[in-house]
Amino acid sequence: MNRVVITGMGIYSCIGQNLDEVKRSLMSGKCGIGVDPAREAIGFRSYLTGILPEPNLVPLLDRRKRISMSQEAGYAYMATVEALENAHIDNDFLASHDVGILYGNDSSALAVMEGVDLIREKKNTTLVGSGSVFQSMNSTVTMNLSVIFKLKGINITIAGACASGSHAIGMGFLMIQSGLQDCIICGGAQEVNPFSVSSFDGLNAFSMRNDSPSEASRPFDADRDGLVPSGGAASLILESYESAVKRGAPILAEVKSYGFSSNGEHISVPNVDGPKRSIQMAIQNSGLSLEQIQYVNAHATSTPIGDYNEAMAIAEVFGSHKPYVGSTKSMTGHEMWMAGASEVVYSVIMMQNSFIAPTINFKTPDEASAQLNISGKYVDYSFDTLLSNSFGFGGTNSTLIINKI
Amino acid sequence: MIDSALIEKINKILAEEFEVDVAIIKPEAPLMETLDLDSLDLVDMVVLIEHNFGFTVKAKDFVGIKSFEDFYQFINSRMNGA
Repeated sequence: MNRVVITGMGIYSCIGQNLDEVKRSLMSGKCGIGVDPAREAIGFRSYLTGILPEPNLVPLLDRRKRISMSQEAGYAYMATVEALENAHIDNDFLASHDVGILYGNDSSALAVMEGVDLIREKKNTTLVGSGSVFQSMNSTVTMNLSVIFKLKGINITIAGACASGSHAIGMGFLMIQSGLQDCIICGGAQEVNPFSVSSFDGLNAFSMRNDSPSEASRPFDADRDGLVPSGGAASLILESYESAVKRGAPILAEVKSYGFSSNGEHISVPNVDGPKRSIQMAIQNSGLSLEQIQYVNAHATSTPIGDYNEAMAIAEVFGSHKPYVGSTKSMTGHEMWMAGASEVVYSVIMMQNSFIAPTINFKTPDEASAQLNISGKYVDYSFDTLLSNSFGFGGTNSTLIINKI
Repeated sequence: MIDSALIEKINKILAEEFEVDVAIIKPEAPLMETLDLDSLDLVDMVVLIEHNFGFTVKAKDFVGIKSFEDFYQFINSRMNGA
């Protein structure tokens, strides 16, 4: 069985569009959430969203490549360029190795909507243009990036709701561990536009703190009232330890294990048992003891029932051991299909730089979160092992354990 | 005889859409090779024509168009109702 390491990371998010910016935001507790006036005009209940600039791809990619890219594929391109650079992977390496891509994505609603609107208006399918289909499919990120970077290995999009990005890393881990692949670009992407999340708004899933955006996402706090949608993309280069050493690549961390489970119950309401089994599976597969887990990056999205049940699951698994628990969603909002990957990036940044990012807005614990060791403030803390949870609609759960090497 | 203003307009539209220097567009130059077009791009050519000239063509209408001169003739004849 191969050891699996992370040799590069890249991020394009509402708290920074590269690793350095994100590190500063995590350290200072900077919030990336704001108000989108378009949502008010459309009739949303909640006008809140992660705010991030659209990348200018014109100087970076030719027209043929750009025209097929959805919004989230653009974010993923930016994150992947940074990850490949950090991993010291160039075009020659990509051309001579079977590098793969496994990326989490579960919608491309804006592209679908724009395409269908145009066909309805014009009553002509050709007038939607040649790029629409490649923007509209869930696999838009992997199909575009595999062509842009001329990848020759595994090439699949992982759709697992809000755990998509985490499952993508987990699947990449298993493929490299088993020897099927030596190097895979893993990650998660999430489009940021009103229509991609309108039904979430209709389900009353979003925070209504329209007047105080930076206080809206408050995971584990007793006064939380819902999540804030957000997005962008995060990429990680997963590689066999042997391959990384052979080419002298920087080794940022090791992926120790992947746990997963399905709740098998309600389509939207999470439970305690499913997440608990996912965490337990990851810990068991890692060969580590409970006490060796020093930081838990929780899924915690700031919904009343989700955070409560996750806190119960963490408390039940860890018992008297109290690792730091945090939710970076307090700053980023819920990055959904991207979150499982971005939160590994955020957590590895913390591990590399010896700190725990604040769970901003965590002021008053509830009955469940009072059992956990959550800090609302920045903490200087050197640690070498972390656990990252991601859960999604349909009761899909994913847990990754990562440590220093 | 095609109006030079129309030729200029077509050249400008093609250069902007397909991101080439307008100076490389010559009447006798091969359309597909000069603009580096593939079959997908012909779909976008249909969109371009509809958007800029207000009439709809089919990708198969481009069969036989080899040079920019052919293309000018094609657009001109369609604009004149042919």
